[in-house]
Order: sequence, then C-alpha cells, then structure tokens
Amino acid sequence: MRNAFADELTKLGNVDPRVVMLSGDIGNRLFDKFRAAHPSRFYNCGVAEQNMTGVAAGMALSGMRPITYTITPFVTTRCLEQIRTDVCYHDLPVMIVAVGGGLSYAGLGPTHHACEDIAFLRAIPNMVVICPGDAWEVRAAMRAALEQDRPTYIRMGKRGEPKVHSETPEAFRIGKALPISDGTDVCLLSTGTMLPEVIETAHLLEKQGVSAQVVSFHTVKPLDEDFLRDALSRFRLVATIEEHSLIGGFGAAVAEWMIDEAIVPRKFLRFGTPDAFFKKSGEQEYAREQLGLGTHHMAARIMAVVQ
Amino acid sequence: MEPIPSAEVERLKAAAARLRGRVIEMSHAASSAHLASSLSCCDIVAAAYWGVCQIDPARPDDPLRDRFILSKGHAATALYAALAFRGFFPEALLETYCQDGGMLAEHPPARMLPGVEAATGSLGHGLPIGIGMALAGRMRAEKYRVYALLSDGENNEGSVWEAAMFAAAQKLNNLCVIVDYNKWQATARSNETLQLAPLREKWAAFGWDAVETDGHDVGALTQLMRAVPDGGEKPRAIIAHTVKGRGVSFMEDDNNWHYRAPTAEEVVLAHKELGLA
Repeated sequence: MRNAFADELTKLGNVDPRVVMLSGDIGNRLFDKFRAAHPSRFYNCGVAEQNMTGVAAGMALSGMRPITYTITPFVTTRCLEQIRTDVCYHDLPVMIVAVGGGLSYAGLGPTHHACEDIAFLRAIPNMVVICPGDAWEVRAAMRAALEQDRPTYIRMGKRGEPKVHSETPEAFRIGKALPISDGTDVCLLSTGTMLPEVIETAHLLEKQGVSAQVVSFHTVKPLDEDFLRDALSRFRLVATIEEHSLIGGFGAAVAEWMIDEAIVPRKFLRFGTPDAFFKKSGEQEYAREQLGLGTHHMAARIMAVVQ
Repeated sequence: MEPIPSAEVERLKAAAARLRGRVIEMSHAASSAHLASSLSCCDIVAAAYWGVCQIDPARPDDPLRDRFILSKGHAATALYAALAFRGFFPEALLETYCQDGGMLAEHPPARMLPGVEAATGSLGHGLPIGIGMALAGRMRAEKYRVYALLSDGENNEGSVWEAAMFAAAQKLNNLCVIVDYNKWQATARSNETLQLAPLREKWAAFGWDAVETDGHDVGALTQLMRAVPDGGEKPRAIIAHTVKGRGVSFMEDDNNWHYRAPTAEEVVLAHKELGLA
C-alpha cells in the first residue's frame, strides 16, 4: 500500500501545485520521485508529529493541500490534539495518511500497533475516516480526499498486501460501500486491510454451502447508511470485520447506528481485536490468528451462527 | 533598523492604552479570567496591529497579508479589541463578548471572525500553525510575514520546541515569535515551574535570532518586528520582558488577576490610571 501511496502522491503532486508532503522522518527513499519533481514541496518534519500536524494546518490555512505521513500511532494518537484542534476545528483540507494500521507492524510490539485510532479519529467533528482495502483503493481514496477539501484520515497497511482490484475502482466514492462479490446468505463488511482475509473467509463459507457477499466498507465515517439498511434487511447475517479494537471502531460505529435507527438485525457479528495489548512477538498473520481474525476462525464463528 | 519617529510612538502608546481600557471593561462585563495576561501583551498587540502588520481590514483574507497569531489565546480580549478598533468588525460586537450565542468566546474561534488567523486557547499550537503559513508563503514566493505571540508559560509545551527546531532548520526568516515574558504562569512564577531562564539563550541555542527588549516599549517592539526578514537566514525571537497586569498599579505583578475580574469601581480607577477617564 505504501508504494502505491508514494506513486499516487507523485502523480497528484504533478498536477496539483498545492500538494505538499510532510513526513515524520520515515519512508527512506520512498518519496525520491516526489522529492526530485517537487523539492520545495517535500518536508521531513523529523520525529516531531505535533509540530508536523500544526504545520500542515497552517499550510492548509494558506491555501495548500498538505499530507502528513508516518507510522499509525505517531500520526494519530501522538498528535491527537493537533488533529482535533488545528485540523478538524478549523475544518482544513489536511490528509493524514497512516502506514501500518492495525496489526501491520505486529512484530514491532504494541508501541507500533494501532487498534484504537479509528475510535479516536472518528469521534472528532469534521473528520472523514477511510480504511482502504487494497493498494488500488489507497489511490482512489487519495484522489477523492484531495477533491473534497476536508480533513481526511487514510489508514493503510504497510507493503505487499494482496491486491483485490486490478485497477483503481471506478465506483470508489467516499462514504459509499464497495461490493467486491455477490452472495445471498451472509454479508461480510470488511474495512481496511482485512479485505483479502474476508474474501478467503467467504471462500471457506462457500465450501460449506453458505453464500457470502464481500464488501469493502472503506469509509468508516461517514457510514453508508443506505447500504447498511439494505444489507441488514436482506441477509440472514451481517458481520463487520476490522483490524481494530471492538471498542469504538467500525463494528461499534455500525452497532451505534443500528440502535439509533431502531434497526434490529437478524444476526449481527463483530470481528475485531480485544480490549488488550498484544504483547507476544510474532508477525501480523500470527497475531490475527491469536486474536480471532484468522480466516478459519472467522468462518467457523459465522457457521455457528447461521446453522 | 529604522528608528520609530516619536509621533508614531505616541500614536502606538495611545493605541495600547485604549486597548487596555477596553480589555478591562470586557473582563468586568463578562466576569472573565485572564485580564492580567491581556494587559501584559497590549503593547505587543498594539505594535503588531498599528505599527507592523501589512493588513487591510476590508480584505481580511488577502493572501498577501501579514499574519499575526495570538498563540496565547487566553489574551483574546486584547485581540478582539485590536481587531475591532482596526475595523475588522464593528466595535459593538465587543459588547457581545462571552454572551450566549455570540461569536466572541473566551478564546478566539476558528474561521468565524474576520482577522482571527487561528483558533488558539490550547497552548503550543500557534507557532506550528505559523510555520505552516510561513512555509506556504515561501513555496509560492509571497513576501508576507508571520508573527506569533506566545506566553512564557506556553514555553512549557514540548510542541513549542519541536516547532522552534523545525523553523530554524527551515531557515524561516519570514517568521517572528514574540514571547510575552511576564514571569508568571497561571498559578506560579514561571521560572519556578519549569525553568525557562535563560530564555533568550534557549531560543538562540535552538537556532533563532533571539533578542531581548522591554515588552512595553512600543517603539522598540515595532522596530524589531518590522525588521523581519532582516536579510539573515534565521527566524526571529523577541523575548519581551513584561509585567503581568501592566498599566494598572493594583494589578501589576499580582497573579490573582490571572483569574480575577474587576468590579465597576476598579474599572473606574484603572481607567483613571490609564489616562482614559
């Protein structure tokens, strides 16, 4: 995802002189092309994320379209007040792009895990929260974010994630769920980097005679309410899947919305990380398995409910 | 640096006295806190709005305007009064300060009042925002300058020092910080809370062209602030030595006035001392 981000950044920077890249001392060589093409619009802001975010707000107040970028906890919770007060209170077109969302950097330990960021950022007024499902959705999200002139959070994985699309999805719209496959029995709403796992889970269900629709529900805020309403009325089971805490994340957002709308689901499951730090060493796949986000575990939990 | 003619100094002094008078009235009318913090910086605000900044109240969004950011947002009354007196909005609006449904809250609001460059109130935010503005100007080869007024207590915030190092690395000579160094923060002497001294040397060590001045000398302040950029490659820091509650004998250097609001009788006494009665 991060290579797609850097490449798309260069493309956007080539056509829009307002695009400025602010990096929190990360992405060694990743931005070489952008820097070569636009040396005056690249800033390594150092390991100083509060300042980086405030600087981005000041640039946006002066007509630029800055992008802040570093590892997820540092570009979100480390500088949360600057995001809230400088960016969102002023309602500024700053794009906050995070690398390593969820458990992408599982092996680096809980300092580098990010399973609370969606909860924090979606609580802030004016903020749009997008979790692209693959590298192509990252590109689409960046283009759409640049057009909408609002604070936008884009939560990426790291690199080498399987691609789900084969090109930038034409139908990508902020706030609109993106169906990936059709199904008739259950509806799997995936946000962010879990998308390939959810597709695999759907295959496992298919083998057991359960037809599952897979949806890339990339925009957590604002929710695609029309899609939710329809899915909750049509399917025997609707599930949310995210690499984020069950507290305050995508599934929580959908559950809150259902209560407010007085919608009673037929069956509703939330997949996410528990209310605990994951302290063991091990990479993303291991962490997912341990935390109930492995494909076989998810398929079994769904089968237990639909049967 | 061009010295400021004495007639202009007198004009700036009168503007500062008028600001102080209004700030005291507003604090009384709203029973609002931070009066002493506002009085502390009236000369700096007067220098900025009457002596230094290239601004046109009729075009508050002019992309080429100089920017003044009140990073110590708790001194909002000084900013509101300056903007009203300079014609950014009607003076009558000052009567609505802190009233239900008004636009003049106790800290400056975001993108609501003409002339307010940034919403402040949480300390340590104004300088990074100012750096972003200064960089945007440099990227587009625009000649405007950015001024950020910080309190001494605000220098407690780590984000101030992140920003200080970044601005110096970027050689932002179109940027100027003024520290209102009144030696107090909300509940204690600033140097006994987190040691700021030696403050000029600190800013200099962080790569700034740091100078000290009497923060109530409007002529000296104007002279120093006008000389930005000065041909060098460093951002400028003006450590302005001030007295909290300046201008009113019974408020000066008495930190109770960080929170206290004056009675009607005290407003009359204060106005007399300021030569406004």
